[in-house]
Amino acid sequence: MNSGMTIIVKTVTRITVWMILLYGIYIILHGHLTPGGGFAGGVVLALALLNVLLAYGRSYTFQWLRLPWLEHVESASALLYLVVGLLGILWGGTFFYNFISKGSLYHLLSAGTLPILNIIIGLKVALSLFLVVWVLAEARTSKGDAA
Amino acid sequence: MTLYLLCFALFLVGLYGVIAKRDLIKIILSMGILGYAVNLFLVLVGYRQGGHYPILEGQNPVPVMVDPLPQALVLTSIVIELGSTAMVVALAIRLFQKYQTFDISKIRRLRG
Amino acid sequence: MMHPYFIIIPLCTAFLITFIAGKNDRIAIVLSLLATSIMLAIALVIYPGLNDRCLVYEMGNWPLPFGIALVLDSFSGFMLVVVLLLAVTSLLYSMPYLEMVGRDWKYYALFMLMLAGMCGVVLTGDIFNLFVFMEIGLLAAFALVAFGCQAEEYEASFKYAVMGTVSSTLILFGIAILYSSTSTLTMAKIAALLPDLSPKVVWGAGALLLAGFGLKSAIMPFHAWLPDAHSSAPAPISAMLSGVLIKALGIYVLVRLFYNVFGAPQLFMQIFVLLGLLSIIIGVLLAIAQWDMKRLLAYHSISQVGYIILGIGLGTPLAILGAVYHLFNHALFKGLLFYNAGAVEVALGTRNLKRMGNLIRALPIASHTSMVASLSIAGIPPFNGFFSKLIIIIAAIQADRPIAALIAMIGSILTLASFMKVQRYGFRGERAIDKVMPVGWGMNAAMIILALLCVLSSLMIVPGIKEIVLDPVVTVIAGKTHYIQLVLGR
Repeated sequence: MNSGMTIIVKTVTRITVWMILLYGIYIILHGHLTPGGGFAGGVVLALALLNVLLAYGRSYTFQWLRLPWLEHVESASALLYLVVGLLGILWGGTFFYNFISKGSLYHLLSAGTLPILNIIIGLKVALSLFLVVWVLAEARTSKGDAA
Repeated sequence: MTLYLLCFALFLVGLYGVIAKRDLIKIILSMGILGYAVNLFLVLVGYRQGGHYPILEGQNPVPVMVDPLPQALVLTSIVIELGSTAMVVALAIRLFQKYQTFDISKIRRLRG
Repeated sequence: MMHPYFIIIPLCTAFLITFIAGKNDRIAIVLSLLATSIMLAIALVIYPGLNDRCLVYEMGNWPLPFGIALVLDSFSGFMLVVVLLLAVTSLLYSMPYLEMVGRDWKYYALFMLMLAGMCGVVLTGDIFNLFVFMEIGLLAAFALVAFGCQAEEYEASFKYAVMGTVSSTLILFGIAILYSSTSTLTMAKIAALLPDLSPKVVWGAGALLLAGFGLKSAIMPFHAWLPDAHSSAPAPISAMLSGVLIKALGIYVLVRLFYNVFGAPQLFMQIFVLLGLLSIIIGVLLAIAQWDMKRLLAYHSISQVGYIILGIGLGTPLAILGAVYHLFNHALFKGLLFYNAGAVEVALGTRNLKRMGNLIRALPIASHTSMVASLSIAGIPPFNGFFSKLIIIIAAIQADRPIAALIAMIGSILTLASFMKVQRYGFRGERAIDKVMPVGWGMNAAMIILALLCVLSSLMIVPGIKEIVLDPVVTVIAGKTHYIQLVLGR
């Protein structure tokens, strides 16, 4: 069961997973310019990771992705989000004040803290969603555990 | 108006499912339908006849825009629904481990 | 401007616990207790200075009708003090309790998230932001109800989760209707725009919001989930749920919306009175038949919430004073009673009143404090419950509602009867019990603190203290849509 799916699925996944990841990163980075943003991009990233999990099976995936590391990054990203908000208090006096220069409209590096927040949200959503699905898939639903 | 009525019908479908279905998974799906109906209502609220999508392009402003705020609200409420659905699914899995059934009429240890 | 810290501190603590306290419970305990104590200290320092002022904090420097604002007035400050007071004792109680159930740092992270949700709901001035914080608090509460990992707890939690999600959907529907007719989400702005609109908007949105928040606060026709959820949760969580969660997420929002936003429309006030009376009488009748101690207490929560709703519905300043006072008192004595029930459960391993006996020798602190709490909830003179119920009953007579006053009195007598049953079988029965499991010092400390507060808080009605503590809250609520000027016209 840990061996994953057939060679066809594995090969296709190996090629496409990078494209999906790239697309997710694109959506996250352009969150302040186009529809999308941290959540939508994060979901795309999570789906890419889930593709790997489905195609290659559990043991191979977790050689590639370290689980405790993922958990740490996931809770750290929530803390980082709060830290950005707190920096707003430090610089501008209010929580989540946009303290970085807004730049000019339609540029990738503009809108102050928004791209940073989008990246943090993307990371958080991707890892949380992946971990949630993984935890739910781990649960045993066989007989023998009845109370 | 028809759209609003259909949206309300969807809401009632979800409510019916939550109240009348006895299968845990069907109840969870009905909760999802209930949420979608409200999200749809919010998007309909923000819709303007012949409105443009709410993104600035170039320097010339768009005359009629779809209201972007309800869309932001819908996105937030989708995130929340994702969280609560994950929570409820986890509970359903644990309930199945304990009772070996998804039938809610057989999951009855609490009463009174 | 301290308001955002009431949200930042618990959220920060929750994520710090998941980040650094993994597999180390002691850090989690210290962090959460420290954070809650600091918040309580800040709230206690801020509260007397609030008086009739209303501090508005605009998040991210966005001006008000566009941005999200945190609004701190006396009512919010009062709720913060109540929530944090119970949270501190609940954490104290949790330390030894969880060591017996199986220690876990996740409990403290979830607890802090629930606290963040409650503080956020109480502070926010934006109706959708309120919805979001409510969901944060609720999701943490679902997980905490199921924390013991028993079949009954999963069942209760599932029921609670389904009810909670349906009620949240109703609330979101109500918010959508309000937004569609006013095009704003700031509560003060909605309140300013509503009088020009057709009253149908208030009726439609009000009905949905009443049903939604009624489900959250377990008023009578919406009560079915409460006894299961509150009796299955771990004892400190039962105390939090019954003591403050149904108030912060239910009653506070009902009062804020129906008084400060809708301006107390007569129709809804009548409904409040009716639902309150229904809750008082049916809740206590269902409670009196129970033999499971925590379930009995959970049914009493429905009945006592009925008193608060009755006071809110009567709408005179005196009735509101009674309701606010009873809200505070109920948090204290219901928290204390759930701690007692938890102590007995730890000591004897049962919640069934028939299998308890004379516990005065074995659990002196739990049985004596339970006497204080029982007398308080039943409304016996020197204790706080007496004064708040008396005020509500007098207000009902003054408002020319003798029948309401009579029903409230009958409810109080039946409450006394059911707590005589608790005392007779649970703590002062014939069968003397000497050998029990020891109860930790944190549990005893939490019980003693709340028992002392139960006695001391009857002083809150003394002229001189009442003007500082309760009257500003009554002014905010009875001021109705004066809230608009307070928030918008600075």
